[in-house]
Amino acid sequence: MSALFEVDHLQKAFGGLNVTRDVSLALCKGDRVALIGPNGAGKTTFVNLVTGHLRPDSGQVLMGGEDISNFNPMKRVRAGLVRSFQVTRLFAEMTPEEHVALAILQRQGKSGRMAGSFQAMPDVMRETYEILETLNLTALGRVPVSEISYGQQRLLEIALALTLRPKVLLLDEPAAGVPHSDTFLIENALAQLPADLAVLMIEHDMDLVFRFAKRVIVLAAGEIIFDGLPVDATNDLRVREAYLGGYANGSAA
Amino acid sequence: MSAGASVTAMPAENRGWQRDLIGIAAILVAAIAGYFLFPNNLALLTRMIAIMLLVLSLDLVTGYCGVATLGHAALFGSGAYAAGIAAAHFGITEPLTMIAIGAVGGALAGLISGVVILRGHGLAQLVLSIAIIHLFHEAANKASEYTGGSDGLSGISPDPILGVFEFDLWGRTAYVFGIVLLLLVFILLRILVRSPFGMLCRGIRQDPVRVSAMGASVKLTLIKMYVISGLVAGVGGAFNAVSTQVVGLDSLSFTNSAEALVMLVLGGVGSLYGALIGTIAFVWIEDLVSAANPFHWLTIVGALLIAVVLFAPKGLYGTAATLVERYRRGGK
Ligand SMILES: Nc1ncnc2c1ncn2[C@@H]1O[C@H](COP(=O)(O)OP(=O)(O)O)[C@@H](O)[C@H]1O
Ligand SMILES: [Mg+2]
Repeated sequence: MSALFEVDHLQKAFGGLNVTRDVSLALCKGDRVALIGPNGAGKTTFVNLVTGHLRPDSGQVLMGGEDISNFNPMKRVRAGLVRSFQVTRLFAEMTPEEHVALAILQRQGKSGRMAGSFQAMPDVMRETYEILETLNLTALGRVPVSEISYGQQRLLEIALALTLRPKVLLLDEPAAGVPHSDTFLIENALAQLPADLAVLMIEHDMDLVFRFAKRVIVLAAGEIIFDGLPVDATNDLRVREAYLGGYANGSAA
Repeated sequence: MSAGASVTAMPAENRGWQRDLIGIAAILVAAIAGYFLFPNNLALLTRMIAIMLLVLSLDLVTGYCGVATLGHAALFGSGAYAAGIAAAHFGITEPLTMIAIGAVGGALAGLISGVVILRGHGLAQLVLSIAIIHLFHEAANKASEYTGGSDGLSGISPDPILGVFEFDLWGRTAYVFGIVLLLLVFILLRILVRSPFGMLCRGIRQDPVRVSAMGASVKLTLIKMYVISGLVAGVGGAFNAVSTQVVGLDSLSFTNSAEALVMLVLGGVGSLYGALIGTIAFVWIEDLVSAANPFHWLTIVGALLIAVVLFAPKGLYGTAATLVERYRRGGK
């Protein structure tokens, strides 16, 4: 099958630090890929480069064969490339209901309307509460985000990404900060993702990775050192070294 | 709070409209009270209305969108000059037409300001806004053939409104006209801030990165809001020109811009009521204190501002609203 999403020879350095080194990968419809690697490997930077939040030094990003390297973040979203953030980015004073409704209105091209209210639009309200329901957020629909727990904010973060109906979804550690008792909600949400959506998930929880991913990509010091089946990753010598090295550095720092 | 209760309770929409009706009634009552309590001071109240429109306009970009600006009088002054020049030089003296011309002038100034100011962020934004107001001021000063330069623009004599209501010496017509304009603008802005567009703007203030990650254009949205803000400030400026029959360079001044920001902070940023209350409080205190002691007027304003920022950081209205909300929740 031809690639839906392609990254070619992406490079990025911060000062002298090469954070992304010649990274190339491709995703097809329906892919479930986990991107793993030690802290500081450059995973978040990779997402920022791909979504246009950072500018690469060189390399290309393609969606459905079209070069989107010069698109700003907004245009990339409209091309179907949607992300979630490792550290939650939400509107503190707004409610989950408002968040999801705004995302729906944006998707429908109605977010520029200067009169009326989403609460008077039955289709928007219905979809809003359908989405909140899948993430168990219905009861919190009208509570300001600043008053809900971080774990629930993480769920809302995923809800927003889903609402935009992406073709390619990049999830940056969706379970980070979620209490262990609630990770099943995130897994449920992941299990309900449309089958033809391509998903790349950054995740540290290896149990989650094994349950979710059909393919694993390992990033270490900005470089892809493994791309293959999850079972093979655990046996790969370079992967083991990278993790050990990463932890050794981490404890020394 | 249970799920059922929060969803099946009276729709937030209805509650919002009820609050708006109360708000509109409050403005009307205050307007009528002002008319009868201060019959000899209608000129001051009328000036207050013009400034309210400026502060409302500022609230749109600063309170709702989070744009820092010290140059917002550029929009107000452009409206005032547009209406004034139309009347003094082109014989367009029909008041409603003058207001419309002022609105267009303000919108144009809003577009220019927005395009320039939004190129920067944070401190750079503030500096650009100061540059803008000085450039507008200087342009008006230099174009003295049209603007009267530092002498101001006079010779503005508007026709009776709708050919019926003549502008009288006591300023009664001007006052009522102002109240009608203010109510109209207020109602339209309530609709605007509640709309999807208004929600998008509030989102931009809280996290522009999230907004762009939703696929919305931060820049375009802000520029649209700047143009709308220009319409409102332009109406304010034009109304000032119509009611005072002169336009001075001070309408395009840094001081005017900075005072508008002070009024907004005083009343409460991000709420239309805050903008109105802040203006009333500031202009009223200014009038009281500057009459009693013209030398210490600024000292008192300074002290007042410090008190508000330290003890009521949400402004007079914002703090009152929080207290009421807390009382309600506690009372349940
Ligand atoms: N904006 C930035 N400026 C400078 N260095 C950065 C920036 N963003 C990330 N880095 C550095 O790049 C490296 C990779 O970071 P990141 O992509 O966040 O790693 P990961 O998500 O894999 O933990 C880290 O060493 C980090 O300090
Ligand atoms: Mg990261």
